[in-house]
Amino acid sequence: MSAVVNRIYLYKGYERFWHWSQAGLIFFMLFTGFEVHGTYEFWGFKTAVEYHIYAAWALLVLWAFTIFWQFTTGEWRHYIPSLKKVDAMIKYYTYGIFVHAPNPYQKTTDNKHNPLQRLAYLAVLSLMSPLVWGSGLFYLFYGVWQPTWLGGYLPLDVVAFVHTAGAFMFLIFIIAHIYLTTTGHTVFAHIKTMITGWEEIEEEHK
Amino acid sequence: MQWLYARGLLLPLMLAWVTSVAFADDPKTTAVPAPAPTAVVAAQPAPPTPATPAPPATPPLTAAMANKDHTTADHSRFEALQKDFKSGPEVTEACLTCHTEAAKHVMKTKHWTWEYIDKSGKKLGKKNVINNFCTSAISNEKDCMACHAGYGWQDKHFDFKNEKNVDCLVCHDSTATYRKLPGDAGHPVYERKEFPKDSGKFVEAADLKMIAQLVAKPNRANCGSCHFYGAGGDGTKHGDLDSSLKKPGKYLDVHMDAQGLNFSCTTCHQTDEHKVSGSRYEVTAVMTGNAHTRGAKDDKNPASCQSCHGDKPHQQNPLLMGQLNAHTDKLACQTCHIPEYARGGVGTEKSWDWSTATKMGPEGKPIATKDSAGRRAFDSKKGTFVWDSYLIPEYKWFNGDMNYSARGDKIDPSKTVNINQPEGTAGAADSRIWPFKVHRGKQAYDKEFSYLLNVHTAGEDETALWHNFDWQKAITAGMASAEMPYSGKFDFVSTEMSWPIAHMVAPKGDALACAQCHQAESRLKGIGGVYMPGVDGNKYLDMFGWAAAILALLGVIIHGALRTICVSRKKRGLACQRW
Repeated sequence: MSAVVNRIYLYKGYERFWHWSQAGLIFFMLFTGFEVHGTYEFWGFKTAVEYHIYAAWALLVLWAFTIFWQFTTGEWRHYIPSLKKVDAMIKYYTYGIFVHAPNPYQKTTDNKHNPLQRLAYLAVLSLMSPLVWGSGLFYLFYGVWQPTWLGGYLPLDVVAFVHTAGAFMFLIFIIAHIYLTTTGHTVFAHIKTMITGWEEIEEEHK
Repeated sequence: MQWLYARGLLLPLMLAWVTSVAFADDPKTTAVPAPAPTAVVAAQPAPPTPATPAPPATPPLTAAMANKDHTTADHSRFEALQKDFKSGPEVTEACLTCHTEAAKHVMKTKHWTWEYIDKSGKKLGKKNVINNFCTSAISNEKDCMACHAGYGWQDKHFDFKNEKNVDCLVCHDSTATYRKLPGDAGHPVYERKEFPKDSGKFVEAADLKMIAQLVAKPNRANCGSCHFYGAGGDGTKHGDLDSSLKKPGKYLDVHMDAQGLNFSCTTCHQTDEHKVSGSRYEVTAVMTGNAHTRGAKDDKNPASCQSCHGDKPHQQNPLLMGQLNAHTDKLACQTCHIPEYARGGVGTEKSWDWSTATKMGPEGKPIATKDSAGRRAFDSKKGTFVWDSYLIPEYKWFNGDMNYSARGDKIDPSKTVNINQPEGTAGAADSRIWPFKVHRGKQAYDKEFSYLLNVHTAGEDETALWHNFDWQKAITAGMASAEMPYSGKFDFVSTEMSWPIAHMVAPKGDALACAQCHQAESRLKGIGGVYMPGVDGNKYLDMFGWAAAILALLGVIIHGALRTICVSRKKRGLACQRW
């Protein structure tokens, strides 16, 4: 049996605001983005494009504040990757979780993310985001660079390819990310933490 | 007291005198001066249509007043014009007594020479090209030259050096009573006559004195008297030019809107020394940069959208980073802003099949039938026609160079012959996607020499096709006029001709919506040279991306299912490791 032994304040107010508004924007941009891509019709092409661009600006502003926040609070340290216990985490998700083995990792205010999380979020930050944002900004500023020499070297097809590829990566990330929220001591424990900020630390009874 | 009373009377009297003097030129307003606003309104309406010429007894004063508003010269007071002119050349002679250089200017233009030499040195112009309608002016001059800005071009002996042969009035008539009919080699109607033949309709003789005294700058009806009726009938040739543009509403053309901007043709087609800008032989397909600034040195074509609007004309929310303006590197303005042509109710001809010409009616006599909208469908003289209205253009990359077939150019009869071919490279900086009217048809060609044939169609002589319905005779005569050999063997070949669409510009609310191109059923499907979000996309990336997403979803579902099973086993006291 397990029991809650402690509660720690894991996610601060701004962090939670950032997470949920970013989540909303990413969902919205995936939805509008795939409409622009021609996958389905919902708002109509023009509206979808405009919403997509407005959401992009909103996300840029959100990121500007968040980057500032990360560095002024020192929170950026939570994204420093570590290979320590990665193997243990992989073993846990592929085996231990089924046999009710204890999670090899305990969250603390100094270490909010498990090593796999750190790696995943680092991939999001250093690979997927630059891919989507880089190509997205090229897409958005097409009218600026296309008439210059760059226009002769960079076809819009390439920009669109990279942007779409990045979108698929985000889609897959979201599927995994949402699923993993259910792996807490109850199905909604992690989501509850992300809403309230408080993490309930459980201890396994021997 | 008495003096004051007298002054009270004097003032209104003086006012009355001043106003009567001010409006004295106007014969209608000698007694009661018309208030100023009426005069302004009178300047607005487009002139009456030439189809219903006003009787000469009542000169159309509105046109004269419009003229007076903008000019420092009242031609009705010129001594040279106080004459009962017997012919067009006589009028021209009188014009040239003051406008000494005008004829020299006109003679340098295509309106006079009907000839244009392109960049490669090829001789084009109406004199040399073949079109997809009446095919060729040569050997049919008496009819075709009704639209020559001159008098008397009826065969190859026409004197291109005689200034008196220049027709000033066809462009400068403000009365809409000056008409040049087929068969008269460019002369106006000197004697009342029935037209069309056996129609019971009559065209009055032109009152050349009145017309000469009321000359004005050209208006839409002047240019339209030829350009609306190209290929011999209203709207036949162009599709974006027909008589509905004499007095269009805003819906039909946002610039020519008679109640609005009321542009004349020359508002855009600015002229210099009688040379009209914006020729179909020298199309400006691409124009970049800002709008023309008054006073700035600029040799760009004024008959272009960009010369007034610049290449970044759309105003949008700045956050959208000029998404619409970013289209101008691939699209001509016309592509979005003329979403359909032939919108004026006149319609336009889509095809002309000459191969059925000379087929007679059931009684062995020539017949002519009309379609449900009253437009020509078949004529024993000319063949089979298809007409339509509200047409969606066909789109092509175009760099402004039009590769015309001139008489004598070799053709491949196994393929559709392109009478003209818009040049351009998909995606290239020198090309834009343009809207075109593509007119299709069948024409006679020489089976041995493999070129299109010059046919003598119009005329009352024994060899004219429209008179004796004999192809052999008509071709033989036509080829003799064109001084080209004819093998004696002819057949018909499929032909096609492309006309860039530039008129009937819709108000912005009627411009193409994004989705009309950016969706699967795109107007620009297959155009190439441009990546269109919503239409294009890498199908392998899509396949791979969706496959990966579905696999991820399946993965988490299976993972979750296993966890659920384990939880339930645990509740029943069973361990999960055993299985």
